[in-house]
Amino acid sequence: MKPLIVILSLTVLAMGPVSLQAAGPSVPLDRVAVDVTDQAALQRGARLYFNYCIGCHSVQYMRYNRVGRDLGLTENQVIESMIFTTDEEGELTGPGALITNAMTPEYGEEAFGVEPPDLTLVARVRGEDWLYTFLRSFYLDDARPLGVNNVVYENVGMPNPLWELQGWQEKQVGTNGEARLRVVEAGSMSGPEFDRAIRDLVTFLSYLGEPMQIERQRIGMYVLAFLFVFLGLAYLLKKEYWKDVH
Amino acid sequence: MAGNTADKIQGGVLGWVDARFPLSQLWNEHLAQYHAPKNFNFWYYFGSLALLVLVIQIVTGIFLTMFFKPDAELAFASVEYIMRDVEWGWLIRYMHSTGASFFFVVVYLHMFRALLYGSYKKPRELIWIFGVLIYIVLMAEAFAGYLLPWGQMSYWGAQVIVNLFATIPYIGPDLVTWIRGDFLLSDATLTRFFALHVIALPLVLLLLIVAHIIALHEVGSNNPDGVEIKANKDENGVPRDGIRFHPYYTVKDLVGVGVFLIAFFAVVFFAPEMGGLFLKPANMIPADPLVTPDLIPPVWYFTSFYSVLRAVPDPFLGVVAMGAAVVILFFVPWIDRNPVKSIRYRSSAHKLNLAVFVVTFVFLGYLGLQQVTALYGELTLRFAVMYFLFFWLLWFHSKERSAVFTLVSFVLLVGIYSFYDYTRFDPANAQLLLTAWLLPTAYLFVTMVVPLFARSLGRDRPVPERVTA
Repeated sequence: MKPLIVILSLTVLAMGPVSLQAAGPSVPLDRVAVDVTDQAALQRGARLYFNYCIGCHSVQYMRYNRVGRDLGLTENQVIESMIFTTDEEGELTGPGALITNAMTPEYGEEAFGVEPPDLTLVARVRGEDWLYTFLRSFYLDDARPLGVNNVVYENVGMPNPLWELQGWQEKQVGTNGEARLRVVEAGSMSGPEFDRAIRDLVTFLSYLGEPMQIERQRIGMYVLAFLFVFLGLAYLLKKEYWKDVH
Repeated sequence: MAGNTADKIQGGVLGWVDARFPLSQLWNEHLAQYHAPKNFNFWYYFGSLALLVLVIQIVTGIFLTMFFKPDAELAFASVEYIMRDVEWGWLIRYMHSTGASFFFVVVYLHMFRALLYGSYKKPRELIWIFGVLIYIVLMAEAFAGYLLPWGQMSYWGAQVIVNLFATIPYIGPDLVTWIRGDFLLSDATLTRFFALHVIALPLVLLLLIVAHIIALHEVGSNNPDGVEIKANKDENGVPRDGIRFHPYYTVKDLVGVGVFLIAFFAVVFFAPEMGGLFLKPANMIPADPLVTPDLIPPVWYFTSFYSVLRAVPDPFLGVVAMGAAVVILFFVPWIDRNPVKSIRYRSSAHKLNLAVFVVTFVFLGYLGLQQVTALYGELTLRFAVMYFLFFWLLWFHSKERSAVFTLVSFVLLVGIYSFYDYTRFDPANAQLLLTAWLLPTAYLFVTMVVPLFARSLGRDRPVPERVTA
């Protein structure tokens, strides 16, 4: 084992300084702790989503009534506050349907240069910290067609749909060359209020990415408890049988 | 009397079957009367665990097949349908994705056991060869399965691997078109990979596993002492150091099953993505032939060989090197000619060689997941060289070598890669190159030359007559 440890530590030493260069976003991400068991936060996040995001971003792998059930909403609440589309017959889309919107890919591309992506799985692709930072990092930039840019996602095609809440930010360069954003025109929310709202929204996105995550962990506890009992019994059985092996 | 009647009925039914099908005979030959050495240790759990994972994969796979749509337009959505709308679909899917990685964990440990105790040596060469075939088919099976969710990593990972065949001179490009069934990776590729994944390869896999076990039961199991228990039988022809597989090892393996399932379900329920190792974030984006991801690493169980590929600048030679890294495994029984099977009685030099091999394999795996930098590229090359040097040393340690042979072959080997270093020498990276040069050189020096001066390091120890407890 000793030579193994020496070689390992030698190699780790050699790799030390380089591992810092690992690829990642160009700006440090703000950390966010989301709690997907917090139903009130999920409901606030869903309200933001269906007021500000759904127009462009579908949730096409998820059903309205599943969201309603998991968030503790009645079917009427779901129909009134989440469903804005109609089906082929012109009737209001049913609550059992997948969550789509009226935006066609062609229209999206024409308006924003790129089709707005579906966001069902975005939390699993980008991670919660990324989303939390991205949604708070829009700033005014006259060079962009929609007048805004984002420090986390340079030259993103997306406008800032939450400007009413956050207000408008400007980018300033700090003493160490780092980008700093400052609100220059206030929105309806204060800074901390807006941060909390975004945390709720990210909580909802995290839920959308894996709606069974709470159930998964709850069941997992029972399964592991059972398996530990099984292991104990298996061990006793083995010991009993192996008594006569010498 | 009641007992008698019960015996008669049981004997009657069993007798009826036995007259028509060798049920009792099979049961006895492979379980109840199969005598396994009594000194199996921790490393001997992984054979039965590999069978358990196989069953998990087949059963969960059957259920996934009921809901999955092998169609480029529908595949991605059907996986999310399984995750969200199918009752317990998420559990089945996570068991299957976690099972794939655990299959390789178990198989790698199982193969390492054979290296530890010389289980590939005479008369068990065929068991080893069937085993390597199983490993290769398993890689093909995992590769085909990884395409099916039709995410970005599925698509581009398959793109990279399939395109390896394009490096073959003359026939390469046509061969790749033939494999894909189209001029680009498309629905045609998805449907044929689906066919391979759900029926063709599993069938081959099952047949090979049966052959693997039949060969094992023909010659009997090796053990941590590398002693042939059949050489020492009692008056009934039963090996003195053997115990019946059933019930002794069936109940012992149950303990292994318990530990394994705890680890397995801990991942399934609490970390199914395993930090991006088992399920990659980029694979949550539907396949898009027009957008290439920044980094396309294969799944972790392929990355050691992928590193060997990347270590060689020429694409075709890289593919050859990668192929050689796998194919060389077939020859291990004839490379390692040392009559001492178990590492317990092998020289310290051999023990070190095996330890370095483990580190080499793990580091190659780690490097295969990273973006290539100057340092990583250099390390990849050195570890790739060390991967092959392991097999040289395995042969070298087959017996005690003379000082002249040792020194000449040492200088020759170091000379070969030093010459290559000379041809690519550049003052800008001199320090990195020279430091990295020390890795294989120190490896060879310690395992080959040092035992010349400290003879005890290179000497094997006497093997006992009977297994130790």
